[in-house]
Amino acid sequence: MKTTQILIAGFGGQGILFAGKFLAYKGLLEDLQVSWLPSYGPEMRGGTANCSVILSDDPVGSPIITRPDVLIVMNLPSLQKYVDAVVPGGQIYVDSTLIDEKVRRADVTAYYIPATQMAKDAGVGTLANMIMMGHVLKNNPELSFEGTEVTVQKMVSAKKPELVGLNMKALEAGRDYAG
Amino acid sequence: MAERILMKGNEAIAEAAIQAGCRHYFGYPITPQTEIAAYMAKKMPKIGGVFLQAESEIASINMVYGAAAAGMRVMTSSSSPGISLKGEGLSYIAGSDVPAFVVNVQRGGPGLGGIQPSQSDYFQSTKGGGHGDYRMIVLAPASVQEMASLTVKGFNLADKYSMLSMILADGTIGQMMEPISFEDVAVEHYPKPWALTGTEGKRKHNIVNSLYLNPEVLEQKNFERYEKYKAVEASEVLYETYMMDDAEIGVAAFGIAARVAKNAVAAARAEGIKAGLIRPITLWPFPKQVLKDAAEQVKAFVSVELNMGQMIEDIRLATECRRPVTLCNRAGGMIPSPEQVLQSIHAAVKGGN
Repeated sequence: MKTTQILIAGFGGQGILFAGKFLAYKGLLEDLQVSWLPSYGPEMRGGTANCSVILSDDPVGSPIITRPDVLIVMNLPSLQKYVDAVVPGGQIYVDSTLIDEKVRRADVTAYYIPATQMAKDAGVGTLANMIMMGHVLKNNPELSFEGTEVTVQKMVSAKKPELVGLNMKALEAGRDYAG
Repeated sequence: MAERILMKGNEAIAEAAIQAGCRHYFGYPITPQTEIAAYMAKKMPKIGGVFLQAESEIASINMVYGAAAAGMRVMTSSSSPGISLKGEGLSYIAGSDVPAFVVNVQRGGPGLGGIQPSQSDYFQSTKGGGHGDYRMIVLAPASVQEMASLTVKGFNLADKYSMLSMILADGTIGQMMEPISFEDVAVEHYPKPWALTGTEGKRKHNIVNSLYLNPEVLEQKNFERYEKYKAVEASEVLYETYMMDDAEIGVAAFGIAARVAKNAVAAARAEGIKAGLIRPITLWPFPKQVLKDAAEQVKAFVSVELNMGQMIEDIRLATECRRPVTLCNRAGGMIPSPEQVLQSIHAAVKGGN
């Protein structure tokens, strides 16, 4: 059996919960067992936001993540708060536009993606979150990039079809980032 | 198989209620259950139902009382402090023997408390809450799928026994999303000859009332009600067991605590410790017999709760204190980790706390 515990953290308004939903829907379409747990309450109103996503071949036990396999951070406080919780051998994805610090651990793989700057440059200003997700998919072959467009279509309101293209553009930019 | 969709636990309750035939929702918003009201506000007008945000919790529960007396499938939902406000109405509904369905997505207390998940209303929901001798059927879902299936069950049981039923959930299960399908919705219908539907001059009028000034009559009402409760205890107990066949340590937990405990039991098994889990699904009626039977087999019990130790009292009663029962808990909106539960299992193996 394989279980991947993914923690996404940043500021409210960065699309942290949406990014988590994307991974949860992706897992759902791949017939995995899935749980998605948001932080809720005052955090959603401008403070920090985080979101726990578990993808598994087996029924998910506790939806609460204390030791993530994959950590995605989009602000400095989140990196500082969660860096030591990541399991040895885990992955840490850092939005390097917003976070200057490096990951000071040798037993994890760190990826630095200037996602916020890339989003600005690509004209998809608010979709740094999906650029991060694109890079996560690239490095997690079991999630695969295949079926991404169907996933996005499921999530985006039918009234706003133009958002599918924008999300795909961000996801592809993240996938293709080689830095 | 029905399509699997992703839904929040709160939304699953609302959708399941609609599928169960509920067309009357009265409530007042409070975190962490407001998605139920939001879902109802969106859906009810489209299907000819009633969504009404009352001016207070007290008003909303009395609207529930009225609709229930008229024989409608009716519900309200709230979170801990809001349920306290509904306490008087719950007692009136119980004293009138009309069916109604209530949801409590618990948050930390007492008082206004916090907004993070908790199970500290176990006493309130299983032992009373409102005044007087009465019971509610209390259902404790541990997944989004169960939020839906136990909602349907809650409506069915309320109508079957003409009494209150409650979903006792918590902020985590209310807010989390999991895949869910609605294939198992089996709505049961029961006649309600007592309902206030208008006589059209053709029958004697019905009376729904909880006031009985003659103590002999009131005593008789209480006796009759407890006969009904006895029938519920005899036939409506629900629980799940996990790895209990050869268990020497019996972990007991409900709702979100059971999800955490399941991880810990699996981890204990990986270390060669014979641990198992008993998960009450009905908190009232409490699964006394399975615990009593387990006391013949296990060396010790561990009760995992998001409160200061409430269900642990029912475990001690059910097992007649024949085995030590220790508490593994967090409170105030905190949740024990699987590691903390595992430590409690280790301590139970050694016979300490």
